[in-house]
Amino acid sequence: MNAGDTAFVLICAGLVMLMTPGLAFFYGGMVRRKNILGILMQCFTVLCLLSLQWVLFGYSLAFSPGNWFIGGLAWVGLNGVGGAPYPDYAATIPHQAFMIFQGMFAVITPALIIGAFAERMKFSAFLIFTLLWATLVYDPVCHWVWGVGGWLHNMHVLDFAGGTVVHIISGVSALVTALVIGRRKGYNGLASPPHNLPLTVLGAAMLWFGWFGFNAGSALSAGSLAASAFVVTNTAAAAAGLSWALMDRLWNGKPTMFGVATGAVAGLVAITPAAGFVGPVPAIIIGVAVGVVCFFAVTVLKAKAGYDDALDAFGVHGVGGTLGALMTGLFASTAINAAGANGLFYGNPGQLLVQAAGVGATAAYAFVSTWIIYKLLDRFVGVRVAEKDELLGLDLSQHREAAYTVLE
Amino acid sequence: MKLIIAIIQPYRLEEVKQALYAAEVNLITVSEVVGHGRQKGVTEVYRGVKESGNLLRKIRLEIAVNDSFVQPAINALTKGARTGELGDGKIFVLPLERCVRIRTGEEGHDAIG
Repeated sequence: MNAGDTAFVLICAGLVMLMTPGLAFFYGGMVRRKNILGILMQCFTVLCLLSLQWVLFGYSLAFSPGNWFIGGLAWVGLNGVGGAPYPDYAATIPHQAFMIFQGMFAVITPALIIGAFAERMKFSAFLIFTLLWATLVYDPVCHWVWGVGGWLHNMHVLDFAGGTVVHIISGVSALVTALVIGRRKGYNGLASPPHNLPLTVLGAAMLWFGWFGFNAGSALSAGSLAASAFVVTNTAAAAAGLSWALMDRLWNGKPTMFGVATGAVAGLVAITPAAGFVGPVPAIIIGVAVGVVCFFAVTVLKAKAGYDDALDAFGVHGVGGTLGALMTGLFASTAINAAGANGLFYGNPGQLLVQAAGVGATAAYAFVSTWIIYKLLDRFVGVRVAEKDELLGLDLSQHREAAYTVLE
Repeated sequence: MKLIIAIIQPYRLEEVKQALYAAEVNLITVSEVVGHGRQKGVTEVYRGVKESGNLLRKIRLEIAVNDSFVQPAINALTKGARTGELGDGKIFVLPLERCVRIRTGEEGHDAIG
């Protein structure tokens, strides 16, 4: 046991916790002002709901020894998860420190999906969906990639901090929910102006800050690997923020604040799977690439395909996560992390195929299982609010509150 | 010359604008207002305490038109804003004494168009 490692991982868990409220502001600024409390409420409630799910049975399903598909029930209610380290995951910190760090990942992942069905989902249906999705989609995929015995873990798919587990499955699931729930009333397929961009920028800044915990903390020790992950995380975010601004400039004539904030988040998404395996120059390449690719995903692809992924949960997290996971297969190097693997550019072309298999498997599972969950939920509960409630806004119709007053 | 004032639901604004453009009424002023008529506001709840009869957000449009455009503008406003529900709003038509275009100093019929 190491006091420095323990302190570091606990602080990182706190940083990752802050990302969910950060995401709430990032998304909240983008919606019309009649819906901002709906977004904040959904994100904050995920924090409450998933914190309990994780302690009660989520952690056990994801991480306790089980089969190739899912963990067992041995750690239900954190039974046996105490102060002693569990060396298969982290040998130098208390098992509970590892558990709560992972718990914050389990919280933010379903919260990312909110961006797709924003401004039109019933709150009651949202609660049921989040609980089912976390249990039936997140927990198994988390076990596949990070759990002892998980099949992608055994295939040596490289995913340092959650490119597949967090971003691909939430992004793909977001696309599914956008397709099933349909377009927002009055959405014309073009822009939907954000009601408060400063809030979005504040949220992006909180995400960037929290992401140091997310990625560097995934080293699970306060050493050189954490420092390396920290550096490439910051570097990729910076490169992607600028490359998105450049795309703005080339495409529409002016660089935009919304663009830089979105680009930085896309850079953070893309570096997530790669953070512990690549050096700073590859981080710049990953950042620049994701800024360009995600720009086209949200500007061109979404408009052409016609789905209403309201806040681009798929366009940023699904697309950015996929690009990052694949580019990990290009740039990973055992010089950075001896426990990792070499990628294509370091003489191991097979790793790219392994990464592609990881992307394909997690995306396919997320697509199919989310489709079934969301369709069933729509059949029995109804996922979409009544038209008059959507027009009135979720703040008043779902929560009987208004975010802003007009007089006084 | 008439001044048309319309109070409509905020979410009907886009349809109303399109209907006005189709009627070749292109000059409008839009402001956000609060109020309620026969329709009572939504009851809000803050820390468990109810606050009822709150004012609702509405959109107010002001349109200055020559007489021949009054009926087309009313038709367009009605077409765009009507849902059949309580709260669709009202249209007021007022006589307009003078109208001056600031840039040129033109008055009346020419200044409105």
